[in-house]
Amino acid sequence: MSEEVVIGLEIHIQLLTKTKLFCSCSTDYIGKEPNLNVCPVCLGLPGSLPVLNKKAIELAVKTALVLNCKINRVSLFHRKNYFYPDLPKNYQISQYDFPLAENGYLEISYPEVRKNIKVGIIRLHLEEDAGKLIHKGEITRANHSWVDYNRTGIPLAEIVTKPELHSPEEAQLFLIQLRNLVKYLGVCDGNMEEGSLRCDANISIRDKKTGALGTKTEIKNLNSFRSVRNALEFELRRQKKILEQGGRIIQETRHWNEEKKITVPMRSKEEAPDYRYFPEPDLLPLRIEQEMIERINKNIPELPEQRRKRLIKEYHLSEKDAQMYTDHSTLGDYFEQAAALFPDKKMLNNWIKVELLGYLSKKKINIEHSPVSPERLVGLLKLITQGIITGKIGKSILERMISTGQEASQIIQESKIKQINDQEEIKKIVDIIFKEHNDSIEDLKSGKEKALNYLIGQVMRYTKGRAKPELVREIIKKKLNLWNT
Amino acid sequence: MKRVISGKEIEHIARLARLAISLDEKKEFTVQLNSILDYFKKISELNTDNIEPTAYIISKTNRYNEDSVRDSLPKKEVFSLGPFMEEGFFKAPRIME
Repeated sequence: MSEEVVIGLEIHIQLLTKTKLFCSCSTDYIGKEPNLNVCPVCLGLPGSLPVLNKKAIELAVKTALVLNCKINRVSLFHRKNYFYPDLPKNYQISQYDFPLAENGYLEISYPEVRKNIKVGIIRLHLEEDAGKLIHKGEITRANHSWVDYNRTGIPLAEIVTKPELHSPEEAQLFLIQLRNLVKYLGVCDGNMEEGSLRCDANISIRDKKTGALGTKTEIKNLNSFRSVRNALEFELRRQKKILEQGGRIIQETRHWNEEKKITVPMRSKEEAPDYRYFPEPDLLPLRIEQEMIERINKNIPELPEQRRKRLIKEYHLSEKDAQMYTDHSTLGDYFEQAAALFPDKKMLNNWIKVELLGYLSKKKINIEHSPVSPERLVGLLKLITQGIITGKIGKSILERMISTGQEASQIIQESKIKQINDQEEIKKIVDIIFKEHNDSIEDLKSGKEKALNYLIGQVMRYTKGRAKPELVREIIKKKLNLWNT
Repeated sequence: MKRVISGKEIEHIARLARLAISLDEKKEFTVQLNSILDYFKKISELNTDNIEPTAYIISKTNRYNEDSVRDSLPKKEVFSLGPFMEEGFFKAPRIME
């Protein structure tokens, strides 16, 4: 059978607000004592009323705009009713038939083959997060759940893709690029292990000949990018095997078991919960003014994909290097700040990615905290291009700049690398160098500035950077004048 | 009058709401809910073309909270709320999914 894999994702991202979606409790809950960030609203106490967090709306609108969605000028909040102690109200405030935004897409790229694909976004809506249940001892034997409501009410944006992903690898790629995007925008920290980004996946197999869609299964408990891919690969093999044996796929929700690397049935379609959605009477319809959309649109920074393309065009960087500066935007900022001050982008790029990052990682320092600012790195590189120091010495100076926080010129002045100031001594060295570089002397005679710099460089190298460059230049020029007269 | 909702559906709704109802109650609720739903059928007869759906009767604009943290409930008060607290957690019966 010629078949096609059809995958859709449902992604929840925790929005980076300071406070919860409907109250002013802190969202800072990781590692906190249980039930500290709770109040009558997020505990669902009678008489309490939810009030919308403006920042959460703005972050959701920002995400929706970047995902090319249409923002609904009026959207509604609904109650999604279910009995489970992770929400004390017995309902979750979510959005249903009138979501915040609809009908968008995200373009993702395969880094190696430079193929871009567009993945449709069905909708983006706002909802509140639920609390956490903890079970002591073996989960199947515990009689009680311990409930921590610190996470309850943290704003989530749920993003639902169209079933337009066609392999587990593509699904993983999409998720990683979406994560990079929301992180870049500052709307979510994108940490799957800590659950600030969560993903459910559904997968089915379509018969290419008849075009008939297969029965889909939904997979839950995907806690890393790798598990999204592994679970989908497993599920694909499982479904194929059933179909090959003439069996039938059952529409159901399956649970990914990370240890055993298998999916197991959770509930069938018949057992699917009936949430009895109805409009949340405690909240007004959410009206998004054009003014807000325009203001947010104006403040959306250059997106990673746009930056990647620009870096290649503007600085002639390789695909790989442009990708690196895009993935690590602070490093990209560092490069661009330095590039504005230094003409040789290729040299700059090499010094940043090889030398600077090498020494920084040796000292376990992030680029954000680099003791060498872009300006100071450029200062060092200029000393090299001017022939004042050799590249080799430059490297050892950079290492000292990182450990001492000093400028390159300062280190050179203070260092024991004593300059050779003696005219006679330098003359001798220049003679030695001239003997070794006859070609360059010919170039020099014909007035090539490059050859002059080259010979100065050779003298500097010979003296391990100790000769005073101005003096070297002067002496070589004098010799040249002698020849030319 | 034609029934809109059956006895079986009443059972289903009761189960969703975790309500145990007797046979008499089931009959009673079936009649009551049907008369309520019939009333809505009556309303549905009105022509509402070109009228925006009204999910809310108040036409106010949104009220927002600014994103600044205010004190949560004191620990002591939170702990006095749950009938069963253990090590700072609310204790709830385990629900099998």
